[in-house]
Amino acid sequence: MTEPLQRMEAASKLLELKNIDLSFGGVKAISNISFDVMEGEVRAIIGPNGAGKSSLLNVINGFYHPQQGEIWFDGKQRHSMKPYQIAYQGIARTFQNIALFKGMSVLDNIMTGRFTHMHKNILWQALWKGPAEQEEIENREFVEHIIDFLEIQAIRKTPVGRLPYGLQKRVELGRALAAQPKMLLLDEPMAGMNVEEKEDMCRFILDVNDTFGTTIALIEHDMGVVMDIADRVVVLDYGRKIGDGTPEVVRNDQTVIDAYLGVSH
Amino acid sequence: MTPSSQKPAYPAPGLDTFPKLLQHNARMFTDKDAMREKEFGIWQSWTWSQVADEVERFALGLQANGVKAGDVVLIVSGNRPRTYWTMCAVQSLGAVPVPTYHDSVASEMQFVIEHSEARVIVAEDQEQVDKILDVKDRCPAVELVIYDDSRGMKGYDPEVVEIQDFVTIQEQGEAIRKKNPNQFEDLVSKGKGEDISIILYTSGTTGKPKGVVLTYDNTLLTGYYGGLLEGLTENEEILAYLPVAWIGDHIFSYAQSYALGFCVNCAESSETVAADMREIGPTYYFAPPRVFESLLTNVQIRMEDAAPFKRTMFKYFMQVAKETGIKLLENKPVSILDRIKYALGNALVYAPLKDALGMGRVRLAYTAGEAIGGEIFDFYRSLGINIKQLYGQTESSVFITVQPDGEVFPDTVGTPSPGVELKIADNGEVIYRSPGAFHSYFKNPESTASTKTSEGWVHTGDAGFMTPNGHLRIIDRAKDVGTFNSGKMFAPKYIENKLKFFPHIQEAVTFGDGRDDCMVFINIDLSAVGNWAERNNIAYASYQELAAHPEVNKMVAQSVSEVNKSLLDDEMLAHSQISRFLILHKELDADDGELTRTKKVKRKLINDRYKVLIDALYEGKTQCFIETEVAFEDGRVGKISGDISIHDAKTYNPVAQVS
Repeated sequence: MTEPLQRMEAASKLLELKNIDLSFGGVKAISNISFDVMEGEVRAIIGPNGAGKSSLLNVINGFYHPQQGEIWFDGKQRHSMKPYQIAYQGIARTFQNIALFKGMSVLDNIMTGRFTHMHKNILWQALWKGPAEQEEIENREFVEHIIDFLEIQAIRKTPVGRLPYGLQKRVELGRALAAQPKMLLLDEPMAGMNVEEKEDMCRFILDVNDTFGTTIALIEHDMGVVMDIADRVVVLDYGRKIGDGTPEVVRNDQTVIDAYLGVSH
Repeated sequence: MTPSSQKPAYPAPGLDTFPKLLQHNARMFTDKDAMREKEFGIWQSWTWSQVADEVERFALGLQANGVKAGDVVLIVSGNRPRTYWTMCAVQSLGAVPVPTYHDSVASEMQFVIEHSEARVIVAEDQEQVDKILDVKDRCPAVELVIYDDSRGMKGYDPEVVEIQDFVTIQEQGEAIRKKNPNQFEDLVSKGKGEDISIILYTSGTTGKPKGVVLTYDNTLLTGYYGGLLEGLTENEEILAYLPVAWIGDHIFSYAQSYALGFCVNCAESSETVAADMREIGPTYYFAPPRVFESLLTNVQIRMEDAAPFKRTMFKYFMQVAKETGIKLLENKPVSILDRIKYALGNALVYAPLKDALGMGRVRLAYTAGEAIGGEIFDFYRSLGINIKQLYGQTESSVFITVQPDGEVFPDTVGTPSPGVELKIADNGEVIYRSPGAFHSYFKNPESTASTKTSEGWVHTGDAGFMTPNGHLRIIDRAKDVGTFNSGKMFAPKYIENKLKFFPHIQEAVTFGDGRDDCMVFINIDLSAVGNWAERNNIAYASYQELAAHPEVNKMVAQSVSEVNKSLLDDEMLAHSQISRFLILHKELDADDGELTRTKKVKRKLINDRYKVLIDALYEGKTQCFIETEVAFEDGRVGKISGDISIHDAKTYNPVAQVS
């Protein structure tokens, strides 16, 4: 595991969270969490149910606004922003419960991921000929590369609702990739998959990281997967950070073990 | 039969190798498409002159990397343009390409790598490269691996072998061409018709695969004459989707394309073949009976689910087609009224259906490899698709017999192809002598001697006979034909094929050699039976559960008794009626070694692995417990176990039938 470490030393911080606090009324979802994501790494966020993992992702994504703390992305401090503004900044995500347009084809779904790269206004779009058409062709070409990358050529025109779960997950990854994000947030990309689908997904995540150099932050419950593909892991429990480091360090951390297996009182 | 009096001529004087044909085509059909592949959702095409350029640069690059005449270059790749270019590039150096099945597992591949002594391997992608690296320490001869698709190859730097990108090799070739523009021309001109053009490893129903060595005269002439016989031209379109290591693909998508100048289309991926076929609309098409069968099953399933009006219309016009379609195809007299009905049916049903199947433009379709059900065969012919059977093998460069137009019967495989002499040996085995007859088995003189006589007669290993009208009829593999204890003939394949013609039966394995009666294992067709279950509100979670369902067993029992009834018609086989059967708890699978990669049953292995079940059949038990190992696609092994019920089948008494 020396290679990712070396890479990290050379890389800079893409995202940094400083002392984040998030509560819903009286419920404290996240308290005083700080961690960073280096450029080009695969960063896993793990923790038992209700640990605050998805809330944290929603904070990064701009869906929730923390009551306290600072978020630095790409060298700039981020103030309260709408999710779409964050998408424009270069963060894309997938969801724990697939959020695709069920009635639309795979191709159209992935095309929606290109919206941050479409600049022609509604009049041009309505007129269609000329620049709008040109733009559509360029974006379609990009999307075709993603389809090729994810090996989903055979279902290009299939409505998403008719696809099995594992493939829908793959399409969702495709839509996130279509935005050409600097950072990709994956919320349980492997939940509910069989072993073969999981292996495929791991391959794709590593390939994305490798080929496009995309920084990846993912939440995952399958420890085998996390230990295999993550460069560094942050562990949450009851909204607090209880561990942070390489998979090796985290695996042997007593607090982490206790959180997962429970302690006798 | 039609013995060849003189050696057949090449497409044009001096064009005796594929690299020479390529240069010829680049001059003749400069801007005509030679090859297409769907990539990024769009059909990309290469003209003959572009293909010639690609091949030239790759060939010179290979030469710069030490490939020389007589070397073997292994190709582990699917149907991609670069796969075919590699073949031609290797041939232009006087070296021998050896394509191998790219879906085989590393250990199977190891045998071919070792046996062929390949020094250079051209692999499709990371998956194939990984397999080669897996077995590299047992194949020390391999020095260079060239990959086509660079995805995921970044950072690959194994110390054991040199790895290069296809494009890098072409760049090296480009540099050489700049220095010496005539080098390729000189290399190509050295080739001769009698040189070895390719080695194809047979999938090996028994024992280890054998490398069939073929010369240019074998493949080029056989392909060319086969094409001329059918009136194929440079305007054909063919879809390349069958394994490149299989002789059929080599002849149809390579030899004939080069000899006649027609265009080969490569599918986007193996899952998109049906959609790609529809887009391309091939005019020349080959598929094993299995494919035609499953297409028909799909059509039938879809029609069962269609609205009543459509279903009635479909049934009515299919009846019309059955009565007049084949007559029209064979230019036999048909009344005006029938013609009008057929034309109406064509507008409403046949044309849209053919279009959906991607067969709207097919002028000639072949099927071979196994017997095809008469009903399936007639279905396609009645739609106006000229589908014909041919008989051939790797050793004969495909063509031994082909059904001539107008003489197409479901139960024969046609008359001898040009230049082929055919005989039936005393033991009933079919033997032939032809221009396509193979050179030898690679590094295997014993097998060569036992298969090919000194006069050039080749043993096919198939038992058959000539019908009175001069057609060949194949019964079974000669070695599979056994005898019952009563001394009467047992032809397993013949019975199995009869069973497999039912849409709900996927595979069948019969036993009877050295026994008193015939018994059978059956695999149901999951898609057909699954659809039936859905319509009849039968819930199931797996193949195993569905196979064990009493209703499914009843349905199969019905089919078995129908087969028994039909066996009565054949005097030679009336005694081989099936007395008992069972439905297997798992599908026979090539990954478990039970089928060959071309989906043929490996009898010996099944005899050993399922001995418990065979014993149970013959001991008269009604239940039997079995546990078998299954291999998953990622190579791990799991277990399937369960009780299997065994049923008696209804048999018919030949004597009672007569009275």
